[in-house]
Amino acid sequence: MATDADHGQHHHEDHPEFSELSPMDARVRALETLLTEKGLVDPAALDAIVERYETEVGPHNGAQVVARAWTDPAYREWLLTDATAAIASLGHVGRQGEHMVAVENTADRHNMVVCTLCSCYPWPVLGLPPVWYKAPAYRSKAVIDPRGVLADFGVTLPDETEIKVWDSTAEVRYLVIPRRPGGTDDLTEDELAALVTRDSMIGTGLALSPQGAS
Amino acid sequence: MNGVHDLGGLQSFGPVLPEPDEPVFHEEWERRALAITLALGALGQWNIDQSRHARESLPPATYLSSSYYEIWVRGLETLIAGTEIMEQGDLRARTGEELLAGVSAQGTYERPTAREPRYAEGQAVRARDLNPVGHTRLPRYARGRVGTIVAVRGAHVFPDRNAVPPGEVPDQEPEWLYTVEFTGRELWGEDADPTLTVSVEAWEPYLQPVPQEPR
Repeated sequence: MATDADHGQHHHEDHPEFSELSPMDARVRALETLLTEKGLVDPAALDAIVERYETEVGPHNGAQVVARAWTDPAYREWLLTDATAAIASLGHVGRQGEHMVAVENTADRHNMVVCTLCSCYPWPVLGLPPVWYKAPAYRSKAVIDPRGVLADFGVTLPDETEIKVWDSTAEVRYLVIPRRPGGTDDLTEDELAALVTRDSMIGTGLALSPQGAS
Repeated sequence: MNGVHDLGGLQSFGPVLPEPDEPVFHEEWERRALAITLALGALGQWNIDQSRHARESLPPATYLSSSYYEIWVRGLETLIAGTEIMEQGDLRARTGEELLAGVSAQGTYERPTAREPRYAEGQAVRARDLNPVGHTRLPRYARGRVGTIVAVRGAHVFPDRNAVPPGEVPDQEPEWLYTVEFTGRELWGEDADPTLTVSVEAWEPYLQPVPQEPR
């Protein structure tokens, strides 16, 4: 089956005088133009939204939350009992994060978050989801073979570790608190945050060891 | 609706392919698609459940062969046509300030209700074997299976009634929402990983007590 990329390439090679836009690029440009002419969207306002999600909201927010939980037992307790408030206290509020729940990895239990039906994801703490999170391979496999998913990410856990998968359908958004790596007792909160990867907060990865991060 | 978006448990999609140092967007049109989706959503002509239903109602082959932002754009086209916003003439584009305030707000679907929750933490429940032709958030793999309530999450707008066809008035009467945990063996049979548990978010109408009440 031809993909958009194929179409774009043939289009370009066969008819160099035509647009070099991919079909989706052309389609979305046409849509934006129409909506702008009708007064339904303001291109400058669209720029502001893009800027927000491309540069301001991202996994660095979640990493700060996790690093705080690793270093401050009272904050950890708050995060585990009322994640929405604990996360909001660090300034991370907004769309797709209205009802947050934090789940903690331990020596005995590993958590993984998926949305099998669509792409529910905690935007205020992790930003927009990566392509693989929204793609059929992950959404189908996470609930039936999470150890296989971990293997796809190069992660192996002991056979006896409990695997807990949260299929986050719509209202509740989950943040995984990964295990704190060993040899990090002397690190500052900011140094710890640098070890907290996006994937470790979804549960498809682990936090980096200080050696791995440097 | 038993659609191809309901992917949990399928085994034919190959390995998950993480992309090292993945950018937030891969194409310029993806930036615009996200922003247009949020900007039109802010006009209040449809709700999130209508959006999801529009995406999930795409033809199966289209859904599976489209990138996620492409699915968003196609769903948006359905909603634009269904609500006739291009013809309404009385709608005003939201400013950047208004949109940013909107995405920073807590737009929760939690609602007060006079009813008490029917189920409590620790209680066994069965997910009903429902096959509605309309919108639902009960994945097929959980239907008919017995699990345990692990959390009561408050009363929320019920997606199945909120996702009315574009242009119609939704019913936002809330229902209690629960997190229900199932063992891997209950979902996937005796050969399943014995260490696996999977939870779903289930609204009260998705559940029935165990043992079953007399019909």
